[in-house]
Amino acid sequence: MSSVLVVRKLNAWFGHTQALKEISMEFEQNSVTAIIGPSGCGKSTFIRCMNRLHEEVPEARASGEVFLEGKNIYLPEVDPVAIRRKIGMVFQKPNPFPSLSVFDNVAVGLKLAGVKRSAVLKEAVERSLILAALWDEVKDGLHSPGTSLSGGQQQRLCIARALAVEPSVLLMDEPTSALDPISTAKIEELMTELKKAVTIVIVTHNMQQAARISDKTGFFLLGELIECGDTSQIFTAPKDKHTERYITGRFG
Amino acid sequence: MKHSFTDYIYRSYRKRKVINAVMYVLLSIAVTLAIIPLLSVFGYVIVQGMPALNLEFFTGLPKPVGEIGGGMANALVGTCTLVLIASVVGVPWGIAVGLYLSEYGKDGRLSSIVRFCADMLASIPSIIVGLFVYALVVLPMKRFSALAGGLALGLLMIPTVSRTTEELLKMVPNHIREAGLALGLPRWKVILWIVLKGSRGPITTGIMLSIARIAGETAPLLFTAFNNRFWQSGLDQPISSLPVQIYTYAISPYDDWHRQAWAGAFVLVLLVFMINIITRLIFAATIRKRQES
Repeated sequence: MSSVLVVRKLNAWFGHTQALKEISMEFEQNSVTAIIGPSGCGKSTFIRCMNRLHEEVPEARASGEVFLEGKNIYLPEVDPVAIRRKIGMVFQKPNPFPSLSVFDNVAVGLKLAGVKRSAVLKEAVERSLILAALWDEVKDGLHSPGTSLSGGQQQRLCIARALAVEPSVLLMDEPTSALDPISTAKIEELMTELKKAVTIVIVTHNMQQAARISDKTGFFLLGELIECGDTSQIFTAPKDKHTERYITGRFG
Repeated sequence: MKHSFTDYIYRSYRKRKVINAVMYVLLSIAVTLAIIPLLSVFGYVIVQGMPALNLEFFTGLPKPVGEIGGGMANALVGTCTLVLIASVVGVPWGIAVGLYLSEYGKDGRLSSIVRFCADMLASIPSIIVGLFVYALVVLPMKRFSALAGGLALGLLMIPTVSRTTEELLKMVPNHIREAGLALGLPRWKVILWIVLKGSRGPITTGIMLSIARIAGETAPLLFTAFNNRFWQSGLDQPISSLPVQIYTYAISPYDDWHRQAWAGAFVLVLLVFMINIITRLIFAATIRKRQES
């Protein structure tokens, strides 16, 4: 298996506060990697560095190397906009674009990137919604507003929106923490299907979730990557005592 | 315990009820006093203007001095023309300023200066804006024109439109912008096609309200658009407008002109009233749509 995404000595700051310290990690193609750790340990910052969204926050900066398919996306000549087309993101709160229909929510990424042919757009919307396991529920209401869907449906709509531009990596920032158990189960189920198409990196607070869905797990603490390895190994035989204490629920 | 605690509670409750009633009456009086002038202006305009209104008012041109009759058709069209020119100037300009303040300038030094200037412009007497345009456009062109009048009104729209745009865009949560950026879209496209488009309903409301405000402006038109007794022959020519026509007729010594000034005032009030009502209906509809979702 080849690594589609390689992180080398990544550091990130908010103003003078260092949020990430010398993180190195690799992500294998068509795998699900879970990032776990207590609140404020830098999990979200870490994945936001991988699509260079971190630097959009005022006073935030990052340094280090992130290789996407062999190319360092932190070189000065690299356009973050182009990177974000290859690395999609799903956020904690379902956030469909207000006053756009279900169809337009999915199509907007392509439309604004200059795709005009409606046949192409239709095909992409249908493909993405099927991939996000939402098609059957919305195919008769593609023109109702995206915000009229239920919370769980909205989150799958956001997944479809991210998939429509055909990224090779999908970053998910606690995608189920605002959802009910049934919607959560649906999205977890979906992820095992999705990883056939994209490489998934998911931040989660829910350790059962990490154990259920991921192939690899990374444990973060205070901005450092404490331990990283096969999920089964992390959850049954952690090497570090902090990891062990966290996964057995003794802190965090 | 003869005078129990309950006794005290009852006595203080009676006292509070009295104070409550007195305050309620005082507030009601204040509200009534505030409404009386407004309603009497409306009432007087309706009483005086309604009977003066006839078909000729909407179709005819002003008659020469001494002749009875005629109408304000040219002033009605003129006001619409001026509002249109003003919108062409003020709406894109105002939205651009609002976009800068909310999306790019944020808390920078330039934005606080811009914000301060916008507030100044909003509170500046409108006749000053008229004078400014007189010096800027009328003097070099050597004539009054619809363009000058429209520009003056357009400048007056900028602060309202820009502050409304800024406030409404600030209400769009940041994660919406991030979701747009995460799709690999350049910032300007996210702002224009996702953030701004998502707030177009309420921003339209702000624009309509600023139109309602400038439609009745007289002072900035006096020495920019001036007035015209006929249909205007081009945008570089003086143009008639309802407020200026009302003003001209109201200060004249002729009864028939006074009658027409009342009719004009009535139509103007009705126009502004209608813009306000329509705006409120649109706004209520968008709010309802948002709550449903």
